[in-house]
Amino acid sequence: MPEFAPFLKSLLSVSGLSANEISVGSLIADEWRPQVDEISYSRLGSLHGLKKGNFVAAAGDKRPSILIATHMDAIGLMVTQIAEGGWLRVTSIGGIDARVLPGTPVAVHGREDLFGVIVQPPARTLPASLGDGPVGLNYLLVDVGLPQRQVLERVRVGDLVSFATEPTDLAGDVISGHSLDNRVSVAALTVALQELRWKSHAWDVWAVATAQEEENLGGAFTSAFALKPDLALAIDVTFAKGPGANEWQTYPLGKGPTLGFGPNLHPFVHNRLKELADRLEIPYSVEVLPQHSGTDAFATQVTAEGIPTMVIGIPLRYMHTPVEVVAYKDIQRAGRLVAEFIAALEPDFVQKITWDE
Amino acid sequence: MAAKNVTIGSPQIKLLEKLCNAVGVSGDEGEVRQIVLAEVRPLADEVKVDALGNVLVTKKAPGKSARRLRVMLDAHMDEVGFMLVAEDGEGIYRFATVGGLDVRQLVGKPVLVGQSKTPGVIGARPIHLTTPEERQRKIPLDQLRIDIGPGGKAKLGDRATFATKFRRVGPSIFAKAIDNRIGCATLIEILKNPPANVDLCLSFSVQEEIGLRGAKVAAHYFDPDLAIAIDSTPANDLPMFDGSENISYNTRLGFGPAIYTYDAGTLSDPRLVRLLAETGDTEKIPYQYRQPGGGGTDAGSIHRALAGIPTVSVSVPGRYAHTSTLVASVDDWKNTLALLQAALRRIGPELLTTERP
Repeated sequence: MPEFAPFLKSLLSVSGLSANEISVGSLIADEWRPQVDEISYSRLGSLHGLKKGNFVAAAGDKRPSILIATHMDAIGLMVTQIAEGGWLRVTSIGGIDARVLPGTPVAVHGREDLFGVIVQPPARTLPASLGDGPVGLNYLLVDVGLPQRQVLERVRVGDLVSFATEPTDLAGDVISGHSLDNRVSVAALTVALQELRWKSHAWDVWAVATAQEEENLGGAFTSAFALKPDLALAIDVTFAKGPGANEWQTYPLGKGPTLGFGPNLHPFVHNRLKELADRLEIPYSVEVLPQHSGTDAFATQVTAEGIPTMVIGIPLRYMHTPVEVVAYKDIQRAGRLVAEFIAALEPDFVQKITWDE
Repeated sequence: MAAKNVTIGSPQIKLLEKLCNAVGVSGDEGEVRQIVLAEVRPLADEVKVDALGNVLVTKKAPGKSARRLRVMLDAHMDEVGFMLVAEDGEGIYRFATVGGLDVRQLVGKPVLVGQSKTPGVIGARPIHLTTPEERQRKIPLDQLRIDIGPGGKAKLGDRATFATKFRRVGPSIFAKAIDNRIGCATLIEILKNPPANVDLCLSFSVQEEIGLRGAKVAAHYFDPDLAIAIDSTPANDLPMFDGSENISYNTRLGFGPAIYTYDAGTLSDPRLVRLLAETGDTEKIPYQYRQPGGGGTDAGSIHRALAGIPTVSVSVPGRYAHTSTLVASVDDWKNTLALLQAALRRIGPELLTTERP
């Protein structure tokens, strides 16, 4: 297990669903505080850590800055009704395939945190038309094991429900758990900040744990606007090859991060990262993204007057299930690549960014 | 003077926790058998492990009496689960189900593989890569895999089950395999304080979930005068999807032990049904009749063994049978134990001399 594993696991032990990131944000802030010069939160709840660079800009000029966006919000559920008998009906926050839910342990964040399980009701209580097909989220229930009266005292419509499947280390130095999307990227950024302690870097670094990525990229849009970086880099998870997923959109698990390529991303910055990875002998795959990258990079690119943007992907199996799987070394490699990229940024890098036509 | 009843306190809950967390898929009940043997050996007159792996325990009443009935109490040790049947490489295995499992209950769950309890997960294709049409169909078993991590080693033939950990929440228990470790724990508690008026024959049976196979030979071995199968039966007492009255609940949690009159395998002996009901009425122990219908217990093979054995079943109601997490009520278990202890003390030789009505 790498050094950052306990921190990553602590991130998995707290909730932090979209728009309610403070529980995870405060853990990240504690970890980042010794590594950065300033810590603050955005108006929408993104966490900003500023690590100043050592370039002295000419009078009137600003030191160039890079924003590294790793979203800290997680997918989950929200209570829509307290049904007869004390069961809860729920809706999803973020994209969830209801077929993965029956039997999943959850934490219900009521007036106090309650343990519960998502249950698929017996067939006789469901419409006959469902047959033995999948049971939609509108029919699933959460059982908290308490009498209805006690449930009504503790739970209200709108309360959040997060996954409580315990993270587990599997063979081959991989971790399984919920919300690895995208807490592993937060861990990778943290690895980068630690590496930067021993490196000099010209640029200011805005380490940002963004809010609300899973719903509307709200954190990335607004933090990029507020911080006005010269360059933006998102770290997010991408699809790893594995059972049920072997098509062109998938990348090998444990064989290095991916470097995004497509209209969402600046080809010049892509090439710089690629050359660097080659030089450092960090294994990687090129991830072709024909349209929306599905990450914070989609937001930062078109913020304000536009920001040259790149995305680094960490391959993950079973995305948006409670048993996502990531290789520790891919997290480490992504963190190292980001640190080296930042350290290598020359003060006039932005002026060099060109379109090779 | 009546002996003091054993009831459900923290030692009993601890024993149930140990039994539920143990892995004992049909045909591989070893871990449960070891726990049972350690509990029963100091208390029994005779303990035998038979050719199938049943634990057969005899405890004679003190003193000599020619007119004492031999009462068989049965609880199955096995649980539903999986067997690894083919290897895809890289720690990924195909599996088959053992016992009646709903394939919709497997996805997104952590599992334990083999006697070393190697952790693994059953993942699913990311929602991002699925089509809406695809999500209208359940994920078939042949598309599911157990993933124990790259390079992880398991053997074909290894059993696996859900990695759920036992948890007590207020009046409820959340655990896997409550079906039927709660029956095993009940038998052990009865043996700790045996009735003085009958000879006890306890069968901790194997392979109930794949056809009531252990109990068949156990009944043959004991040749008892009568038998009671103690099991866990579904409480399907959830709200109907459309708010109408649930009239097919099977049993209801919190309404006490469920007495069987009729299931798919057995028509209970009416004298034994009456004994249990009269005991409950007289001693003011709550009980319920399980709604007649499908399902069944080891009674199905016991009552037709040899020249026929008068048999009844009593179950502790449990929600979400044959899934990763069942929910049972501590009070129901307490009342099941109380009803059985009281009923056993009321059994005299005349019980079976009265004709079946």
